[in-house]
Amino acid sequence: MKSDPRGVLTGVHYIDGDHAACEGALAAGCRYVAGYPITPSTEVVERFAMRIPHIGGIFMQMEDEIASSIALQGAVWGGAKAMTVTSGPGFSLMMEHIGLAVMTETPCVFVNVQRGGPSTGLPTLPAQSDMMQARWGSHGDYEIIALSPNSSQECFDLMITAFNLSERFRVPVMFMMDECVGHMTEKVVIPEADKIEIFERKYTKKKPSEYKPYEPVKDLIPEMAEIGKGYKFHITGLTHDERGYPAMNEENQHKLVSRLMDKIRNYKKEIIMIEEDGLNNADVAVVSYGITSRIAEKAMIDARKMGIKVGKARLKTIWPFADEYINTLSKKVKAIVVPELNAGQIVREVERAARGNCNIISVPHFGGTVHKPEVILAAIKEGAQSGNNR
Amino acid sequence: MTEIRISGYGGQGVILSAMVIGKAAALYENKYSSLAQAFGPEARGSSCSAQVIISDEKILYPYLVNSDILITMSQEAFRKFSPELKKDSGIVVYENELVKPEGLASSVKTFGVPATRIAEEKLGKNIYLNIVMVGFFTAVTKLVSQDSAKKSVQSLVPEHTIENNVKAFDLGYAYGKEHYA
Repeated sequence: MKSDPRGVLTGVHYIDGDHAACEGALAAGCRYVAGYPITPSTEVVERFAMRIPHIGGIFMQMEDEIASSIALQGAVWGGAKAMTVTSGPGFSLMMEHIGLAVMTETPCVFVNVQRGGPSTGLPTLPAQSDMMQARWGSHGDYEIIALSPNSSQECFDLMITAFNLSERFRVPVMFMMDECVGHMTEKVVIPEADKIEIFERKYTKKKPSEYKPYEPVKDLIPEMAEIGKGYKFHITGLTHDERGYPAMNEENQHKLVSRLMDKIRNYKKEIIMIEEDGLNNADVAVVSYGITSRIAEKAMIDARKMGIKVGKARLKTIWPFADEYINTLSKKVKAIVVPELNAGQIVREVERAARGNCNIISVPHFGGTVHKPEVILAAIKEGAQSGNNR
Repeated sequence: MTEIRISGYGGQGVILSAMVIGKAAALYENKYSSLAQAFGPEARGSSCSAQVIISDEKILYPYLVNSDILITMSQEAFRKFSPELKKDSGIVVYENELVKPEGLASSVKTFGVPATRIAEEKLGKNIYLNIVMVGFFTAVTKLVSQDSAKKSVQSLVPEHTIENNVKAFDLGYAYGKEHYA
């Protein structure tokens, strides 16, 4: 199905990542945002609040992030596509409700424009230090999807993907920006509505008497029911059976939790997006994401001028993690360099997936600005001198 | 690649002038351009700046390293940002009744314009000084064309101010042509 033209600001724009993310959400059909504005994500909701009355929809400023992260789920069950937008401290407050969205299979998007932490940290400066929190922040076993854009254009494009994936898999999608991408203004091309593919919510065609809200229909995913059409059921964070009733025993726990995880794990090929360049015959691969991937590319260009064979694998999808891809890559190169604006988070995943096949070089940075390209270049040089695995 | 620092104090329209220059390059000249703003606790009256990078190639590193051009509308901003100018080829575009460019390397070129006075005397409001600056900048640096910059101004200012902003741009441009042709 194509995008609703009312939400699509077709044209060429010069806007920052926050504004572009908002336009992406509107183009994706998002018509409800609950939020508690926080730097550096404020511009996303500021724009949404300005635009949505003209399109038809609601922006609700809540009393805090806990309320925001539950209000949007009510909106989803009421029929809207919805998101909430925050940064570090607010993201921390939302953790329990991310688990609720997973458990109740509520399709929605959580935007986190990352700033330096812990706590209130660096409100106006970039970091990528919530990457593990996005995956593991709520309690219990679960899978979510997390995407990371590296430009204003991609804030628009990937946001549409985020909404589509959330609807396709009925899962909360974490949209992991950073302050630099959020506040950097660049050219953004917004296509015409009929060029934008939208995944429309699957509503059941079963009669209310035959409908089971948590009965998987296709690809382990149950269908939702349209509000106000006579479907009556219970939505709970408790372990539930296919009818949605609490059913707290080992059998139901196994059945439900394994399905919640498998509906993502079994479809990783569909979810994982990686941008590659120059990996054929590379000695060194740089694995990066978000703003850091651009600095890494600059370092890579400099390294190539020095005769080093280096390629890139830019992760647009962070979670689920590209285990198989990284494992294959680790057998081809001498070293994988992982720069990120944190103390070393995704590098742990790279190490796990590489299983000792090659040298893994972490290039941490605690945030506040981006890496100096020279620092990544030094790591690439170090990687090129690693012992040969091939 | 050209790295530009636009600076002044909060309320002078520093960010808007950066938007005009960046957008002119990105949308009307088919170049790459990115704009990064300082998001500190700046408020009206304190030092404020934006960074614009214009390039024929994709911009990877989002911040400027050494500015090719410093546009400045306050002495405090000049003091803060002139040390980052390229020593051999830097250019300073300044509001010459608010800024005295001191301590620059002799190779640095300077272009001054009384933008506040022009805005006040010709348009009746000093708030147009930033667009006078942009017009002047366009004339003396030729980094973006007059046409692109003017289109950019028209697209970015509130509708009821387009006419005066275009006049402000033309006044700044004419001053540049007259004094630095």
